[in-house]
Amino acid sequence: MALTSDILLSKVKDFLGEDLISSTDTFGILSVNISASRNIDLLEFLHKDAAIQMNFLTDITGAHYPDRKGQEFEVIYHAHSFVNNIRLRIKCPLPLENLEIKSATSLYSGANWMEREAYDFFGIIFTGHPNLKRILNVDEMDYFPMRKEYPLEDQTRTDKEDDYFGR
Amino acid sequence: MIILEDKNKNITLDPLKKVDETELTTLNFGPIHPATHGVMQNILKVNGETIVECEQTIGYIHRAFEKIAEHRPFYQITPLTDRLNYCSSPINNMGWHLTVEKLIQADIPKRVDYMRVIIMELSRIADHLVCNSVIAADMGALTGFTYVFQFREKIYDIFEEVCGARLTTNIGRIGGFERDFSPAAHKKIKALLQEFPKMFNEFKSMLERNRIFMDRTIGVGGISAERALNYGFTGPNLRATGVDYDVRVMNPYCSYEDFDFMIPVGSSGDVYDRFMVRNREIEESLKMIKQAHDNLPEGKYYAEVPEFYLPPKEDVYTKMEALIWHFKIVMGETDVPTGEIYHAVEGGNGELGFYLVSDGGRSAYRLHFRRPCFIYYQAFSEIVCGGMISDAVMTMSSLNVIAGELDA
Repeated sequence: MALTSDILLSKVKDFLGEDLISSTDTFGILSVNISASRNIDLLEFLHKDAAIQMNFLTDITGAHYPDRKGQEFEVIYHAHSFVNNIRLRIKCPLPLENLEIKSATSLYSGANWMEREAYDFFGIIFTGHPNLKRILNVDEMDYFPMRKEYPLEDQTRTDKEDDYFGR
Repeated sequence: MIILEDKNKNITLDPLKKVDETELTTLNFGPIHPATHGVMQNILKVNGETIVECEQTIGYIHRAFEKIAEHRPFYQITPLTDRLNYCSSPINNMGWHLTVEKLIQADIPKRVDYMRVIIMELSRIADHLVCNSVIAADMGALTGFTYVFQFREKIYDIFEEVCGARLTTNIGRIGGFERDFSPAAHKKIKALLQEFPKMFNEFKSMLERNRIFMDRTIGVGGISAERALNYGFTGPNLRATGVDYDVRVMNPYCSYEDFDFMIPVGSSGDVYDRFMVRNREIEESLKMIKQAHDNLPEGKYYAEVPEFYLPPKEDVYTKMEALIWHFKIVMGETDVPTGEIYHAVEGGNGELGFYLVSDGGRSAYRLHFRRPCFIYYQAFSEIVCGGMISDAVMTMSSLNVIAGELDA
């Protein structure tokens, strides 16, 4: 029997119980909001479960929602089961005060750089990561540039001499 | 390669034998080494010519596309995607257009889909041609490289005929194409379909059963299917290990389900398999272009999405409504539906994904590019350790790491 998102959702619900906060199914992908502490449990369950076989981690990324008090950050996983050809989006909200979440590197080697990227841009701390340092930005950077409080440079500013760059 | 220190006194031949750190030489492979074909650094610890340790540094051409995208209306994000995998820009452009069209639930005419397939497969050929000829060039056989580049040139001529640009194409619009294929474009596509196989057969016969080439590539830089999946490999590099995952078949987009093509797979995931898989894919792409071009449906070359697709210029001058749409699009004043979307296309290197969060404003709230290069390049260290420096060069070129995509 083909694995549909309804069956997948009920399986996730059975496994997580209270830790499944909410779920939506839009644009062809089932998306679940879960407690951040259960992220690796769920990924491992999806990986090991014989009926789901979700053994491919497509992507890890972060997002910043400054207006959501208590859940300002989000870590987003995209998992994919080649056997059943079904994708799942797992979203783990994190509060600004405690940006720690367990690393998926023990399960997927590919998570290494993706988590470093999420750390680099959002400052999310992946505990258990073997080498959590900046990846695309310079090591000396002391802020996390993808957070919403850092705007792009104002294009109309006049205090900078940019003659050489044709501005 | 610049030798930083040479304290190599006793060369041990067994690569797995633990050697004292002081006996190892540190080599900088990159960031401006010609064989990295892009700006990335590999700090190699070598024992003689055997690589013991490899540490990668990337981010030399990071341009903060994800941040810039949060401040731009959707149509201005297309030029950013050009600069991801610049060997196959049209695929990135169309991947982005398809993502937006999925969000606004546009009804795309069949003709647009077929035209897109032609352009995307052409750029896949261009991408694979560069990669495969560079493998040979890196081992000293420059002939194939100069030879296939004539045909890459012809593919770029077609892009130029369709959109006016060659490398960073910004081809198409949200909703379709800015103009229909011109008669000259059709002629050039036809000519390419006719001439390409002859050249390509020569290129293949030069390398595919070449003793030297085979000795240099078979069993070099291999990775198992299990490890490749664990690392998040996609595209030809994953298929070379024997996993038949292709986004075009698994999650068909852009009417790929209409076409008759095969997914070539390898078995050992080494340099030779990657080379062969790419060669076969070029042939499959050619088949698809032929099918799409022969069966190109009649109809419009754009969808009815006036909020996103610029009206014809003469209408802007004469019709009020067209002028309003034109103004709203150019000024980026079009609101978009809210939603969270992940759309993937099969890029030149694998699954190119767009994770878009739209809050209904004029620009994306969050846009993340799932760049295949970035994800599989981290396996480079594991692949090359225990091998020779010269093999690392070829492994690098066969993985087809494009710096623009790596660093976004």
